[in-house]
Amino acid sequence: MITEFRLPDLGEGLTESEIVSWHVAVGDRVELNQVIGEVETAKAVVELPSPYAGTVTAITHEPGTTVEVGEVIIAFEVPGQGQDAPAADQPADEAPAKRVPTLVGYGAEPESSKRPVRRTRQFAPAGAAAPAAAPTGVPAAAPAGAPAVAVADAQARVQADRPRSTPPVRKLARDMGIDLAALTGSGDHGLITRQDVVTFAGGQEKGAEGAAEAPASTTGTAAARDRTDTSREVRTPIKGVRKFTAAAMVQSAFTAPHVTEFLTVDVTAGMEFLAKLRAAREFADVKLTPLTLAARAVCLGIARQPSLNSHWDGAANEIVTKNYVNLGIAAATPRGLVVPNIKDAQQLGLHGLAAALGELAATARAGKTQPADLAGGTFSITNIGVFGIDAGTPILNPGEAGILALGAVRNTPWEYQGTVALRQVMTLSLSFDHRLVDGEQGSRFLADVGAVMSDPAMALALC
Amino acid sequence: MLEASANSGASPQTGIHQLIAADGTSVADGELDPFVADVDDAQLVRLYSDMVAIRRIDVEATALQRQGQLALWPPMLGQEASQVGSLRALGGDDFIFPTYRENGVAYLRGADLAGIMSTWRGSANTGWDPYKFNMATPQIIIGSQTLHATGYAMGLVLDGKETLSIAYLGDGATSQGDVHESMVFAASFQAPVIFFCQNNHWAISEPVGLQAHVPIAGRAPGYGIPSLRVDGNDVLAVLAATRWAAARARSGGGPSFIEAVTYRMGAHTTADDPTRYRGVTELEEWGAKDPIARVKALLQGRGKLDDDAEAAVARRADAVAAELREGTINLPDPAPLSVFDNVYTTEHAILDRQRDHYERYLAGFAPTDGTTLEGSRS
Repeated sequence: MITEFRLPDLGEGLTESEIVSWHVAVGDRVELNQVIGEVETAKAVVELPSPYAGTVTAITHEPGTTVEVGEVIIAFEVPGQGQDAPAADQPADEAPAKRVPTLVGYGAEPESSKRPVRRTRQFAPAGAAAPAAAPTGVPAAAPAGAPAVAVADAQARVQADRPRSTPPVRKLARDMGIDLAALTGSGDHGLITRQDVVTFAGGQEKGAEGAAEAPASTTGTAAARDRTDTSREVRTPIKGVRKFTAAAMVQSAFTAPHVTEFLTVDVTAGMEFLAKLRAAREFADVKLTPLTLAARAVCLGIARQPSLNSHWDGAANEIVTKNYVNLGIAAATPRGLVVPNIKDAQQLGLHGLAAALGELAATARAGKTQPADLAGGTFSITNIGVFGIDAGTPILNPGEAGILALGAVRNTPWEYQGTVALRQVMTLSLSFDHRLVDGEQGSRFLADVGAVMSDPAMALALC
Repeated sequence: MLEASANSGASPQTGIHQLIAADGTSVADGELDPFVADVDDAQLVRLYSDMVAIRRIDVEATALQRQGQLALWPPMLGQEASQVGSLRALGGDDFIFPTYRENGVAYLRGADLAGIMSTWRGSANTGWDPYKFNMATPQIIIGSQTLHATGYAMGLVLDGKETLSIAYLGDGATSQGDVHESMVFAASFQAPVIFFCQNNHWAISEPVGLQAHVPIAGRAPGYGIPSLRVDGNDVLAVLAATRWAAARARSGGGPSFIEAVTYRMGAHTTADDPTRYRGVTELEEWGAKDPIARVKALLQGRGKLDDDAEAAVARRADAVAAELREGTINLPDPAPLSVFDNVYTTEHAILDRQRDHYERYLAGFAPTDGTTLEGSRS
């Protein structure tokens, strides 16, 4: 007879384990307690001793797969056991009543004919009279027969029962005068959560407000006036770029733990360098700005700190480090904020970057940025200096590990060669995703960028 | 490593009493020798057989846990000499207060194997009748059994009995307040209690050296309790030390403390991964001091363990394993209401009410009889 072995709870309350290796193959003969494989739980890697002496007939999960406790992982042909038993493909629980050993950790085998069914409880609606008139609870019997309907049956019972919630939430609802029966739970298996109650209460309030509006308009309350008087408030539908930006920023701000660091540097030499280049014929056709220099500095810095150019792939449980830099540039457009990126910016010299930046800005201003230009960014720069701002705490473009904000270049009294001189100074603000970038990498990166900005010759040292 | 954990069972000069060295040679010990002068080779074979049998219990129970038949199992691998030697020094009237790891002691005391396993399977709170075997049920709370043993021993004095109680404890338990209180009371009332501490070097993941900068046995004299530090992997030394303590207890000498220096070769429990904290050489080091191998070497050296004797020992172990497996897998699931049994010896109003409520709750689970679902939410 074929005997299946289900993954047990190997460590006091574990729900799953990963198959590490199998030491046997289909067709192998195994002895009782012979080690047949290894599984890794959240607590330890453990060896699995064979529960039977027999022949392996099936291995249902490959090494590397994570298996829920209770799933069949291997099956054996056990000689001499139940020769008169029904065909192996027949569901076990339809077999004639026979004691199935209870495996510890995932409860008793469901027995279709004997499973207890909970009696439906009766609940009076909130605020109703005493439930004396309510019909007495009739024991709700499970639908006859097939174990296949067990799940549906369980759900039916849940629905027939009082609304699923937790004691604190029940109290909240009671305090707020809300009947939980009127709510649809959003939690696991329809559990009514605190949020559900609060949201429901909010909806009721709004409804009440709306209902109050009609009389209000006649009495002329401030609230009613606010709604109709557009001179005091403008209500704009949330859509388009604004909606997208909002969603992206919320997602980024609440998934990636942001850290922001600041560095104020004397960029006088860098500005002189740019001025010199502007006079050169080769750069006559492009516009050179601090942003151009920063773009190059970022590419150099990323080469030394690749974690700033990585991506947190939570679904795959992997960190993706990019060997290319698609440098996003935050651009204010009539449609709102867009962050097109320069593909493979690491391959571009200062001239190439300047040209690409010019083209990117022109396209964005014209509102012609293509979706492809917005996708696939790996690091972003936002130039808040053009608005006369010194520093900020930029929010990461979703999926990226770092964003650099360039402050305004200001003539500032600054320490220079032992005295105070009027120098051109700017502040760099770097936000990074602390899941991917530690303080050390972030700080080194920012220092590198600052070094190039203050003395472009440092670029030679960073390569 | 600190001194307390650096002491090895094979080096008597570190102050550890020993009668059988790790390589199986006999060692003389003036203090212990008189207590085992009567132990002949036939008795030594029985001690050997006991150790092999309880090691087999451990292996089989560990496998059953991995196969989903036990919820948890606390391995005793490596501690067989401490369990066998101490138990075999006791009389049937002496009362044992074990920890959760003395499952070998329970088996040797006569408890049914399936009964012992029922606790670890989660199908019973109690694996045996404590009064039938004069052995309390496994104590999960660390160290509190020392209070029970001390109190019991104080009662023995009041009753004028000549028996004793023994509390098993581990090295970690010696950090518990309960153990301190027990030892203070035991000394104050000169109670006939043996504190049998198996220093297996790890309090789950905490090395003994962290909480005992000097050998644990050195603490007892501070309470006025004489102590012995013995090689816990030497069944004969453990037997002798426990007989020494028992003789003191029976003759009105009061409490004694034994530190059996051994090593937990397995995990703390099957839910533990010792590779995360254990030193890489520890298993090798302690494997060389195996309690069973040394007795085997001693007996073989004397020509007292022939193939027939070995086969008999193996047959016993096989039978034990088979009985344990069969008994465990076929343990009946307990009836829900049995949870109220064995709580109080007499009627208890609050418990009766709870039982009544639970009974009615259970009655709410109607048997399936094909009727349709009615009377849902009104």
